[in-house]
Amino acid sequence: MQGLDFTVVAPYWDLLLIGAWWTAVLTVSAGALSFVGGILFAVTVLYAPKIVAYPVRALMWVFMGTPLLLQLFLIYFGLAQIGIDIPALAAGIVGLGLHFAVYNADIIRAGIVAVDVGQTEGARSIGFGKWQTLRHVVIPQAIRNTAPPIGGNLIALLKESSIVSVIGIAELVHSAQLAISETFRPFEFYITAAALYYILNLVLEAALRLFERHVEASR
Amino acid sequence: MQRVFPFFVEAALVTIEITVLALILGLAAAALAAAAKMSRSAILRTIGTLYVSLFRGTPCLIQLFVLYFGGPQIGINLEPFAAGVIGLGLNIGAYMAESIRGALVAVDRGQTEAARTIGFSRFQTLRKVVLPQAARLMIRPLGVNTVALLKGSALVSTISVVELTYTAQRFIGSTYKPFEIFGVAALLYMIMVYAVARVVDLLDKRFAIV
Repeated sequence: MQGLDFTVVAPYWDLLLIGAWWTAVLTVSAGALSFVGGILFAVTVLYAPKIVAYPVRALMWVFMGTPLLLQLFLIYFGLAQIGIDIPALAAGIVGLGLHFAVYNADIIRAGIVAVDVGQTEGARSIGFGKWQTLRHVVIPQAIRNTAPPIGGNLIALLKESSIVSVIGIAELVHSAQLAISETFRPFEFYITAAALYYILNLVLEAALRLFERHVEASR
Repeated sequence: MQRVFPFFVEAALVTIEITVLALILGLAAAALAAAAKMSRSAILRTIGTLYVSLFRGTPCLIQLFVLYFGGPQIGINLEPFAAGVIGLGLNIGAYMAESIRGALVAVDRGQTEAARTIGFSRFQTLRKVVLPQAARLMIRPLGVNTVALLKGSALVSTISVVELTYTAQRFIGSTYKPFEIFGVAALLYMIMVYAVARVVDLLDKRFAIV
């Protein structure tokens, strides 16, 4: 048992901040992918012909029923096996993005179904096409109504992004591990990393609250 | 594949074992935290709020690392399995505390007021009036937490607990057949997730009012 000494963190502060920056980059890019992917999955499951919709639904089942860690291994090591070598960063973004796209799709699908049928009838009767109605009338309302749970998924994504450290992406956990390999001080560095995650989490929560207020005001 | 399958079944049993133990610990922690957050003592409220906020505000992976790798620095030496159970349990406990509190708060205030008016004590009100109604409302959110715990248990593979994901990873390394190996592990996870979801459905129906 050695005494705790948080001054060992100081020389590695820049390294940790770079890691935190990459965690933020991962969260934003995978978050964007999960949002767009969520809409696409939801629309496919609801409106695509069965031959497309069923396989997509099955894929969603697999993604919801298995751990993210396993999915990352498959995307990173599995694709390499069949000759598709993608960089770890891309694998991490795609893995995180797809994983949360599936959860978003579930929420957005329910949101689309919940939009009043009168909205569709109204749009159709003033001459909107089926696709136009969906694109300009139904989906915007569905997104607005489901903003809070989608935001909740983004917060979960921020924390789950720590998992991509296992495929060697240089984000916050990875930075901490690098520093620990030189200092042998896991407690100090993991606690510091946890504090940085906590701050990122608070910032994201505040941003989402502002955004939600903005959405509420635009109603 | 037939040769490695028994290892997977054994590993899946370890995953179940970890999940069940972490679930028990998590429920206990959650009940205490929910009670603390709703107590009249400001100190208890602060402790409950801090626990929930810190464990929900940081990644489960980091919590496991602090406990397992950082623990020895503060005199906590745990085997991987024990560290995994405690880490997962404390993490899910913070989420479950919110599920429990949410259900308690969702019971109409009039119920409490009426019970107090007819002379029930605070404890009696909770025990005989609020809890029976809230328990029903907890089933679904706690079920969602349990599924998350089951899938999250894969994280303990990073602190070398030999469970399903660790085993899959090891065989991917030795067989170079990630798709087949992943397929088997994924299937086993999906069976377990489906089983939990079914149990939650049954409980929910069993205790439904209408």
